[in-house]
Amino acid sequence: MTLYEKVWVDHLVVDETPDTPAILYIDLHLIHEVTTPQAFTLLRENALPVRRPDLTLGTMDHSTPTTPVRSFKDLQIVGEGAANQVRQMQQNCEDFGLELHGFDSQYRGIVHVIGPELGATQPGKTIVCGDSHTSTHGAFGALAFGIGTTEVGHVLATQCLLQRRAATLAIEIDGRLSVGVTAKDVILATIGQIGVDGGTGHVIEFRGEAIRSMGMESRMTVCNMSIEAGARAGMIAPDDTTFEYLNGRPRAPQGADWDRAVERWRGLASDDGARFDKSIAINADGLQPMVTFGTNPGMVVPINAPVPGACGNAGFRKALDYMQIESGKPLTEAAVDIVFVGSCTNSRLSDLQQAADLLEGHQVAAGVTMLVVPGSQQIKKQAESLGLDKIFIAAGAQWRESGCSMCLGMNGDTVPNGQLSVSTSNRNFEGRQGVGARTVLASPLTAAASAIAGRVADPRAYL
Amino acid sequence: MDAIRTLTSGTVVLPYNDIDTDQIIPARFLTTTTRDGLGKHLFSEWRYEKDGSLNPEFALNQKTYRNNRILVAGNNFGCGSSREHAPWALLDFGIHAVISTEIADIFRSNSLKNGLLPIVVEKSVHRWLLQNPGVEITIDVAASSVTLPDGSVAAYPIDQFARYCLLEGIDQLGFLRQHADDTAQFEENRSWTP
Repeated sequence: MTLYEKVWVDHLVVDETPDTPAILYIDLHLIHEVTTPQAFTLLRENALPVRRPDLTLGTMDHSTPTTPVRSFKDLQIVGEGAANQVRQMQQNCEDFGLELHGFDSQYRGIVHVIGPELGATQPGKTIVCGDSHTSTHGAFGALAFGIGTTEVGHVLATQCLLQRRAATLAIEIDGRLSVGVTAKDVILATIGQIGVDGGTGHVIEFRGEAIRSMGMESRMTVCNMSIEAGARAGMIAPDDTTFEYLNGRPRAPQGADWDRAVERWRGLASDDGARFDKSIAINADGLQPMVTFGTNPGMVVPINAPVPGACGNAGFRKALDYMQIESGKPLTEAAVDIVFVGSCTNSRLSDLQQAADLLEGHQVAAGVTMLVVPGSQQIKKQAESLGLDKIFIAAGAQWRESGCSMCLGMNGDTVPNGQLSVSTSNRNFEGRQGVGARTVLASPLTAAASAIAGRVADPRAYL
Repeated sequence: MDAIRTLTSGTVVLPYNDIDTDQIIPARFLTTTTRDGLGKHLFSEWRYEKDGSLNPEFALNQKTYRNNRILVAGNNFGCGSSREHAPWALLDFGIHAVISTEIADIFRSNSLKNGLLPIVVEKSVHRWLLQNPGVEITIDVAASSVTLPDGSVAAYPIDQFARYCLLEGIDQLGFLRQHADDTAQFEENRSWTP
């Protein structure tokens, strides 16, 4: 059996038949303020409790401000709608008895950052959240996927979901990454190869030497963007790197329970010879830093390669027009207005460390605004203890409180109309970072290099 | 959810590939706490001019298509976010079915739970529909088929349970709750606890 099939079978309350989907048990339900209000309304209308408050964990990240404050009491939420959502989240968690990492919690942060950080994300678990980037947690060998608000209601009320077994896609990434090439470049290159619908209907298992040699934060970056290839989920078999990351975290098993858990987790890897519905191979040796040029993550090129010509597809022409980018030239000539380092894709300590190391001793170019938004309050604290905040501030960047921030611009952090942003986030969709925003997705290294150069820049020139 | 047996309507065509959830409804409109009233934000970036007036070039704003309830989109519709606000916005605007060559997994799942029909047709049928905006077609949920104006019938794939729920207007939460005892037994028998 594959890793996915092992986790699937282990959570079948009722197996699927041709006429009915399986009933799948959910081990961890992560919730945030944007996709839950209507689900709690459903519970109230039906006078239902939350079935397993102990398996439900809440935070606030999408609508929350990131402007630096001395005390959380000083936070000013931008917009009445967002403020109302935050109030409802607090009320709902209080009314239904759910653990919430609200403004006063030292563990508040982006939902896909705090799950692993707290050790709540563990191998072999089923994890869902009303957020498509739930695929992030698959880095631990969990089956983790995004759901809609109706399904959030289903899980709150029953701890189960109706699901069909997905097809499996093995992506084998062998070879070694060269200096300046990161996990972000690996996943962008992968999406470029298979397309934004290449994983539809499938659960991806990322395998191979390049994946094995990655740390957990890099693995999370890879699995995070599985959804950008259309995949239901992305998974990586747990190994010693995984166990070392989890050991001692607040919600990880302790003592004898830890030993038993590790023994069970070791059995999760796909069996030798396990059959996948599809397989593809990617060689990490030749990979370059990657940048997107269009309006979806599959429209991506190596940083020094020319942007391809339109291919008669109406969407392609429309994307280049929107981006004000010409075919035939590399992106390195494009002037940059905004640089954003953050989001559930690239806001962890190693991401910030890479950006800071590259920036140290340089200045953000005149006319460029650079925002650095840590993924959680814990990461913010760790980064500050390493002095990373001082490096960013000395270079002229803004150092912020944690949250989703400019990835989707729900909290007031937006890219002004027409401006070009080099962003470590996950989606370059039209208007994603603000009305008329032109987004170039890249790694934290490429983002930092672009901030210094004032144009899209190859980070290897600064390493 | 209301039961749906057939849907007969003219089409409105958006020929772009990979129309994502941020296009269907941008994130800045997600700060709502209800399901209602999202239709006015549907395709907001494309439907409105900078001054807030309707863009006359955009198909959904044109009188010929404004009341048509079947959207024909380019390849791969609904990729991106898990926001259920996307089907809510389409339904609130008056779109009750989306036809493409491929529909993203989470969008499809969300659509089916709200009675929005996600229909995947073969490339040749899709191409014809893209080239003939406004034609009246019939979607027959019981037969899982689309009938074109010339009387030809194109079958579309759909999960049997999803089809049954559409036809009967079944609330899936009710179905799940009937299995509460199975769930309790599963929890009881597990070899490990999360």
